Amino acid sequence: MTMTHTLTPTADLATDIDDVARLLTPDGERIADPELDRWVADVDAATLRGLYRDMVLLRRIDTEGVALQRQGQLALWPPCQGQEATQIGTARALRADDFAFPSYRETGVVYARGGKPSDFVLAWRGEEHSTYNPYDLNTATQQIIIGAQSLHAVGYAMGIQRDGTDQVAVAYFGDGASSQGDVNEAMVFASSYGAPVVFVCTNNQWAISEPVTVQAKFPIAGRAPGFGIPSMRVDGNDVLACLAAMRWAIDNARRGNGPAFIEAVTYRMGPHTTSDDPTRYRDKEEVESWRRRDPIARVEALLRSQNEFDEAFVASVDADADALAAAVRHAAMSATTRPPLTILDDVYAEPHSGIDEQREWFGAYLNGFAPAEEA
Amino acid sequence: MVQLTMAKAINEGLRRAMADDPKVLVMGEDIGKLGGVFRITDGLQSEFGAQRVVDTPLAEAGIMGTAVGLAFRGYRPVVEIQFDGFVYPAFDQIVCQVAKLHYRTRGNVTMPITIRIPWAGGVGAAEHHSESPEAYFVHTSGLRVIAVSNPQDAYVMLRQAIASNDPVVYFEPKRLYHTKGEVDLDVQLADAPPMGLARIAREGEDVTLLTYGSQVATALDAATAAEDDGVSIEVIDLRSISPVDYRTVTASVRKTGRVVVTHEAAREAGVGAELIASVTERCFNYLEAAPQRVTGHDIPYPPAKLEKHHLPDLDRILDAVDRVMDRPNSLSGVLD
Repeated sequence: MTMTHTLTPTADLATDIDDVARLLTPDGERIADPELDRWVADVDAATLRGLYRDMVLLRRIDTEGVALQRQGQLALWPPCQGQEATQIGTARALRADDFAFPSYRETGVVYARGGKPSDFVLAWRGEEHSTYNPYDLNTATQQIIIGAQSLHAVGYAMGIQRDGTDQVAVAYFGDGASSQGDVNEAMVFASSYGAPVVFVCTNNQWAISEPVTVQAKFPIAGRAPGFGIPSMRVDGNDVLACLAAMRWAIDNARRGNGPAFIEAVTYRMGPHTTSDDPTRYRDKEEVESWRRRDPIARVEALLRSQNEFDEAFVASVDADADALAAAVRHAAMSATTRPPLTILDDVYAEPHSGIDEQREWFGAYLNGFAPAEEA
Repeated sequence: MVQLTMAKAINEGLRRAMADDPKVLVMGEDIGKLGGVFRITDGLQSEFGAQRVVDTPLAEAGIMGTAVGLAFRGYRPVVEIQFDGFVYPAFDQIVCQVAKLHYRTRGNVTMPITIRIPWAGGVGAAEHHSESPEAYFVHTSGLRVIAVSNPQDAYVMLRQAIASNDPVVYFEPKRLYHTKGEVDLDVQLADAPPMGLARIAREGEDVTLLTYGSQVATALDAATAAEDDGVSIEVIDLRSISPVDYRTVTASVRKTGRVVVTHEAAREAGVGAELIASVTERCFNYLEAAPQRVTGHDIPYPPAKLEKHHLPDLDRILDAVDRVMDRPNSLSGVLD
């Protein structure tokens, strides 16, 4: 059973952030890794630039989301700053016809799957529960119940098996979710049936105010082999390592070898959501130490060392980020709330006498507010 | 028409649904080689294979959550929860995921999942094996809730549930599994009464007795006994408890002016409370007496040797009939 870069029980706790597979040091130096190198052998400067661009744009969406919430345009926002490499690196390894099951914080996964500007903000504005058709993006509605989507991914993967295709399903969840029964049951089912599913656990060190040590006394990636699932613990701030690990896991699933598990060790730089106050439960020093491990700066340093980070490139990325931020802002500010009677739509797929009756009554009630016609 | 037990009728319903649609698959604990603890899935795995009759790990949330994923993929899972009291570990997946995904996605994702639950008491079972959790699901928008009472309905409504694009919680009364009845196996679903339609199980003039599933037989016995006392009871088998067919119910209440509801589940905030509230809203001016409930007590399900004191029986139903008929009854002088 494969489990790389994982500590022995006596060595340390789940908080060891350096015993991870890595291809880029925090200073942006490309280093070798015997497990990962072959999975990114094809990554050239253009691909690296693309990953950099994706991460910058994602951070810009995130910054805009926070700003819009502070300005009262959104009810809530779950920041993902610091987690760009994990989200972009893993999601960019997916094929368009693979199916992702993200959690509420995986803004970058929705972005990488083709989400539109409105898809990032309208749910948090309270206009819709989900703004996109999951089948258009091959991405499920972002999940708020912790870990519930891990079982959906496994079930979807069981469907893939029955259809005989080589697609893969992916379950995204956090370190807190690893405590949930659903995630553990998902691993039991995935292992028992050899389902083509990849589990991506984003260990961002904090589940709201609970540190990962409350969830895990041993690296989370170390659990998967106990279910019969090979696992890898990677530097979640290293987009190359995330891409490589995900390609390894997807290849494993596509070849019919069943599930794989990735623990991406990263950090949530902001609050859990805009309603949270992380200064109550974590030190400035801790946050600052992670700022020095920034996933975007790391790729920038690598590109600079390769003379691939010229002014024209920077200007084009900045322009793209500005345009996207403007589009996101416009989507939020120009949102139109749908008519009240539509809240009764789509509760059921087929006619339902109870809902039909309530629609009739509520429609008549609403009509009572219509302006009286001129005599 | 053939004579079948309810168990066999459900088995046939599953078999024919699977034969008609390759996207239908059955999953649950012990349903494969064993054929289910009640043998409802007997022979299905040998006929359709382990990919379509899926023996699962013993994990109810896992069964339900993976069914969600299969439905996402276009399958129509029929999930068996081994016993009523074991549905709670799957509760989150049912009420937060199965029930809501269609709504959350503005209708883009359908959850055509049928959740079969061997249900209710009267079989002398151990703790957690005789419960009536239907009110939890009736209270959850996005679910349809069915409780069958005879082999013909069990067969037809199971097939309707599987064919429905909505999730259906389908309650099977354990104590009626071996009750035989006439079943038309070749009935065309398009010709059958819609799944939400109530059935007038016995016509009457004086009292409307509303019930479903496990209590229908007891209610019919009570109606027969009441006839000797000169009281004519109309028994309505609701069949669907979400949605309720209020058209049939109110027509009956407007005729009789008196309502009794009976079910095994506990009384407080139960289906009976909802039925009486709705009937009162719709038919207040027709009522001759305060509607009455005959239910299980507000207790955890008792030990099997005592369950007969919990389950509404013929005499408790007749006592309630006396109340709505303003005849001497157990409450005469007690609550005055």
